[in-house]
Amino acid sequence: MYKILKKRDLNESNVLMEIEAPRVAKKALPGQFVIIRVDEDGERIPLTIAGLDLETGGVRVIFQKVGYSTTLLGEKNEGDYISDFAGPLGKPTDFEDFKKVIVVGGGLGCAIAYPIAKALYDKGVEVDLVVGFKTKDLIILEDEMKEAATRLHIMTDDGSYGKKGFTTDGLDAILAEDPNYDAVFVFGPPIMMKFIAQVTKKYDVKTIVSMNPIMIDGTGMCGGCRITVGGETKFACVDGPDFDGHLVDWDEFMRRSAMYKEQESEAMEKHKCRMEGMS
Amino acid sequence: MAERNMSPNKTPIPEQDPQLRNKNFEEVALGYTEEMAVSEAARCLQCKNRPCVAGCPVNVQIPEFIDLIVKKDFAGAYKKIKETNSLPAVCGRVCPQETQCEARCVRGIKGDSVGIGRLERFAADWAMKNLDEKAEAPKSNGHKVAVLGAGPAGLTCAGDLAMLGYDVTIFEAFHKGGGVLVYGIPEFRLPKAIVQAEIDKLIEIGVKLDTNILAGKVVSIPELFEEEGFEAVFIGTGAGLPMFMEIPGENLNGVFSANEFLTRTNLMKAYSEEAATPMMKFSKVAVVGGGNVAMDSARCAQRLGADTVYIVYRRSMEEMPARKEEVHHAIEEGIVFNILTNPTQIIGDEKGYVKGIECVEMELGEPDASGRRRPIAKEGSEFVLDVDAVIMALGTNPNPIISDNTPHLDINKKGCIIADEETGATSLPGVFAGGDIVTGAATVILAMGAGKVAAAAMDKYIQEKK
Repeated sequence: MYKILKKRDLNESNVLMEIEAPRVAKKALPGQFVIIRVDEDGERIPLTIAGLDLETGGVRVIFQKVGYSTTLLGEKNEGDYISDFAGPLGKPTDFEDFKKVIVVGGGLGCAIAYPIAKALYDKGVEVDLVVGFKTKDLIILEDEMKEAATRLHIMTDDGSYGKKGFTTDGLDAILAEDPNYDAVFVFGPPIMMKFIAQVTKKYDVKTIVSMNPIMIDGTGMCGGCRITVGGETKFACVDGPDFDGHLVDWDEFMRRSAMYKEQESEAMEKHKCRMEGMS
Repeated sequence: MAERNMSPNKTPIPEQDPQLRNKNFEEVALGYTEEMAVSEAARCLQCKNRPCVAGCPVNVQIPEFIDLIVKKDFAGAYKKIKETNSLPAVCGRVCPQETQCEARCVRGIKGDSVGIGRLERFAADWAMKNLDEKAEAPKSNGHKVAVLGAGPAGLTCAGDLAMLGYDVTIFEAFHKGGGVLVYGIPEFRLPKAIVQAEIDKLIEIGVKLDTNILAGKVVSIPELFEEEGFEAVFIGTGAGLPMFMEIPGENLNGVFSANEFLTRTNLMKAYSEEAATPMMKFSKVAVVGGGNVAMDSARCAQRLGADTVYIVYRRSMEEMPARKEEVHHAIEEGIVFNILTNPTQIIGDEKGYVKGIECVEMELGEPDASGRRRPIAKEGSEFVLDVDAVIMALGTNPNPIISDNTPHLDINKKGCIIADEETGATSLPGVFAGGDIVTGAATVILAMGAGKVAAAAMDKYIQEKK
């Protein structure tokens, strides 16, 4: 069993948790992920690591209460235990010797964009952090992100905070002025990553995307997480999760990610009924 | 003394009716009653040269345990098996006895061989039901050893070393021990409670099972020696990455590796209403492959509610690598066999979901390197099977996680760890390996045999090092 050391609601649907897993904390590197099971018979949920606390042995994850299992996890509190926590999985992000980069985060993707930007910024890399949210109320980690970049660019879809527009607009504006960036790192929903990759393609800037497909074991065994990159099938869990954004077959990825949508909403309905039945 | 039973036929084992069982996940074979077991045991001739024992990878004292069943000393029979086999209830169910112990049985020359597997299962099940004594942890010898992977190889190795007094820790990547016995082999062939009971017995004798530990990632082999004080390590991490055919359409929604399909079904219990892990809905399924894993996948798909399940296999029934018994069960349950058939592409609908699999008819040519006749496509014979799910059961490639993260651990061209057949020793001192990670996908019992061999070699290694 693994203890929840910290829990913070970032907004209505996004939750930050720090879970006690000293072995994982000791080894994890930016870009890697963990697999969580809330309880016995629970689903295995892959979540990218959003930070570490080496003193407490805590591993931070940030998730959206979107399906049955993440909702269940969101109902747990500080001091509660979850049944499984495995990691670090996948390959760490390769920072090569980049000097000047852009990190893009969309919505919940900022949970990962932030630690990656921070790791680069702390190494002395010049970092533009472009983050986008639907609206002001959904902004997360603003104070933290300010400390993790040379320049922070906040975008909102409705213009209620920062600049109005999508992350693609923000990114395009930066690159139009100065296309001499070594790389762009992208974290966010697949559709956003697809369009970001189209923008960077225009300016011919290396683009690294962090993929989060459906998977079970996260160790290469099931092959459920396969994606096509440059015409070849890759397993995101062992070959990734980072890939060249210009080579990913985005339409296939989005289609595969939506495979269990119907079952997911059925499971949510069942859960809601049960919760309402209890109250 | 019971009279010898000279019937040429094996005592039949009661089974669930095929038309009932293909809709549930309960065990197919129900097991012998005491009377049946005694009567079958009495067919054993108690040969002096014991050919059956030579056919057993873990050296079970077969005539001896069978004789104890004849004498109705069922507890004694169980203990006799347990002397050399740490997982008898598992082996009695999933070992390919027909190519091992039973293949060498003298009774098999004229008629059926003695039902050694069925008797082993009987003794193990009897003990589980009737023996309540807790196994005692052997006296500690003060040495620490690590086992990577809680599958058949690792569990056997751990059990043998624990019996010798070692302080054994098994590191398992999944949330549960058992390896292929829990994620791969379905409930109806090997109930998970039985696997758990065998694991619980190992824990009773002091084996520690540390789950959620992916060796190579969270802890490396050098660290196990240098930081955690282990004196020898056994790698039994099993088969790895599922293979695909590299034909068009394999990434359509509804195409699964057998590993994924079986893991969802078995380990994550997708067959139960209460399971949180979903399973896609399907009505017609094609399973590509002819091994035991293909049979398991097909029979699971049927039980999950498919109307029609096809096996698509490129050679003929004769070359099929699956156990005869499993093929027979699959046929009884209504699985449709499309032999001499090979997929050429998977066809999707406008939303990207599988709607068919195009296949080509095959004929057999001259024998190839495997000694089996090589299948050759018949030109122009393409046809489409309407299916909405495809399961690829083609075998696996070794998982690179351990070898990538362990300097100086030698692997072969295929990526399998190189280990000495006699000892399991690898290129690294104190590091031993066995099972599918060494041989590529094989059987439970061969993995157990390798775990056993390595345990003896690890004991010798540590004792000599002192």
